[in-house]
Amino acid sequence: MVVQTESFVMLSIVLFVLGAMGVLLRRNAIMVFMSIELMLNAANLALVAFARYWGNETGQLFVFFVITVAAAEVAVGLALIVAIFRSKRSINIDELHEMKG
Amino acid sequence: MSPLQEFAPIAVLLIIAVLVAIIISIISRLFGPYKPTSRKVSPYESGMKPIGSASRRYSIRFYLVAVLFILFDIEVVFFLPWAVVFRDMGLYALAAMGVFTLVLTIGLIYEWKVGALEWE
Amino acid sequence: MLQLPSLETLNMGAALPAISIAAWACILLLIDLWIPKDRKILTVYLAAGNLVFAFIANLLVFNQSGDSFMGMYVADQFSGVMNLIIIGTALLSIVLSFDYLKRVGIERGEYYVLVLFVTAGAMFMAAANDLILIFVALELLSIPLYVLSAFRAPDIRSEEAGMKYFLLGAFASAFLVFGGAMVYGATGTTNLNEIAASAGMIIASNSSTSLFLLLGAALLLVGLGFKVAAVPFHEWTPDVYEGAPTPVTAFMSVAAKLGGFGSLLRILVVGMSAVTMTAGEPAVWQNVVAILAGLTMIVGNIVALSQANIKRMLAYSSIANAGYILMAVAAAGSPGLANEATRGALVYMLAYMFTNMGAFAVVIAVERANGGADLEHFVGLGKARPMLAIMMVVFMMSLTGIPLTGGFIGKALVFATTLNAGLVWLAIIGVLTSVVSAYYYVRVIVNMFLRDAEASTEEATPGYSTGVQWVAAVALGGTVLLGVLPTLITVLTDRVSLVASITP
Repeated sequence: MVVQTESFVMLSIVLFVLGAMGVLLRRNAIMVFMSIELMLNAANLALVAFARYWGNETGQLFVFFVITVAAAEVAVGLALIVAIFRSKRSINIDELHEMKG
Repeated sequence: MSPLQEFAPIAVLLIIAVLVAIIISIISRLFGPYKPTSRKVSPYESGMKPIGSASRRYSIRFYLVAVLFILFDIEVVFFLPWAVVFRDMGLYALAAMGVFTLVLTIGLIYEWKVGALEWE
Repeated sequence: MLQLPSLETLNMGAALPAISIAAWACILLLIDLWIPKDRKILTVYLAAGNLVFAFIANLLVFNQSGDSFMGMYVADQFSGVMNLIIIGTALLSIVLSFDYLKRVGIERGEYYVLVLFVTAGAMFMAAANDLILIFVALELLSIPLYVLSAFRAPDIRSEEAGMKYFLLGAFASAFLVFGGAMVYGATGTTNLNEIAASAGMIIASNSSTSLFLLLGAALLLVGLGFKVAAVPFHEWTPDVYEGAPTPVTAFMSVAAKLGGFGSLLRILVVGMSAVTMTAGEPAVWQNVVAILAGLTMIVGNIVALSQANIKRMLAYSSIANAGYILMAVAAAGSPGLANEATRGALVYMLAYMFTNMGAFAVVIAVERANGGADLEHFVGLGKARPMLAIMMVVFMMSLTGIPLTGGFIGKALVFATTLNAGLVWLAIIGVLTSVVSAYYYVRVIVNMFLRDAEASTEEATPGYSTGVQWVAAVALGGTVLLGVLPTLITVLTDRVSLVASITP
């Protein structure tokens, strides 16, 4: 049984939209962050599916870089979340309102 | 035989396993004695009285370790495909991976020197 | 047997300026560990020395166009001019930072290393000819900027700025990656030249593949729109600019825009210029970019009117300026106008760089002397520190676009190419919003000269330190020189031709 490229792409679009909705609707910084990861991995899925469709490795190569860069983002993001938590005792992004104008 | 049919025995096995588990718990409930006391229904924690919430806060140090781990964990993504084709590519691949490892090592030395690896 | 690229085909020499900065940043990270805390000025010199080296190296390879890394990196005159502006920004902001970091007690060598990484990222972005490299370079630009925004760490405003910038920046890069995936899906390649070669045919076929290509292009536009703070993706800008340490705000308001527009121009002009409904017509993305440009100019300038904090005002002004540059990008969609529009955008960005760095230098000086960057803190500056006030006048005039300043030359070129592209309505919006912007820029001047401080002018702290003084002076020189003798830069930008690089 061969899954069609279209199915993969449809799934990746669904995942991407779910991730985007998570970013917009969730209030917990870690949850927002995980939603962003979901969006990135949706893109990875599409890239791998397209790489199989075209029969070249460029898509898979792209995925490697996305994974690595996402790890770097995780590192910086977790560090920022820890720093915010230390000063505010909360990671609810609605409470980030020191600046208004 | 279609791929779905190949998996049919496994599906049967799964169904049987679930059914057996349900039937056994129903039978033991029906025929066994059932006299609950507060001590019997409370969760068992090595004889200690269970106190506090189940989701405890972890020390922030664990996050630091996790962050450092992720960075050096992901390098495998590049090492693995490199190792697969390494023999075909020879010295060139060795040099390229050397540069990559060098950058990682710089990061490690930095981490070490600023004391991120110390637990206290 | 695998096909191996030889060292000659890698041609790393053409990418030397960017590579030298990235490599030196890694080494400097280590060197800095052994520099004692009270001698961090050494790190500044080491970082600045590297930037000067890259600047000279860039001038040397300026006329040698060539591909590096198998077509991923294109060293042409466009990236040459961009590199000059980016390195200049980094140099000015490093000089600007040293006193500030000392004053607020965050004097750490990592700061300069991070600035170098951002610089390298922006340079790679301007030269990237492949979606993969564009993504990696964008992250090399963004991730250190998240850290820099939060660099004043126990300060909650700075941490908030870092967090907001991080969440929205990561959100934006997810869009960029997904857009890249869609474009790859439609064309089977991530190389911009190869995308350009097949894009026209795909659009003409009008199949589902063309849908993927358009979706991908739109998502790429969203991702880069976040980076350059174009409306409606600008929400993060004012908070981040206000909360971040002021030298970082100065740096990122220019560097992130330079990188973003560098990639945007390459993607749209090199990769997507053939995306037209019928040959000879403007590219399909022209209208979208033009609407974005119009919205960005309107919203940026109108909201700036009501800002009492100068850092926030400059944030909205930077949004508005992104709109003017986007105008040039839109004009680049018309056939035959790509080069003219690109040159206009480059001159505009150079003028914006000088003016903005100068304005922020004055803001830092005022923050230091009067303890804040609200409009109130500028009252009476004309009497207390006339030199500083006069410099600010020039920067405000340049941001408005008054003749004899760099801002005027930039705007004139951008408006001219927009009119040539037939986007008259957009040019009208541009002129009208420029007039509106005069109100809030002039308000700063009025506050400095025509209002007297209520007796509270204690003549105590010196308004500006040597570093800030130097940056303001250099920025002033650049702004005026560009306004009086624009040929100095157009002689370089006239050699820029993005489109020529797509014909093999």
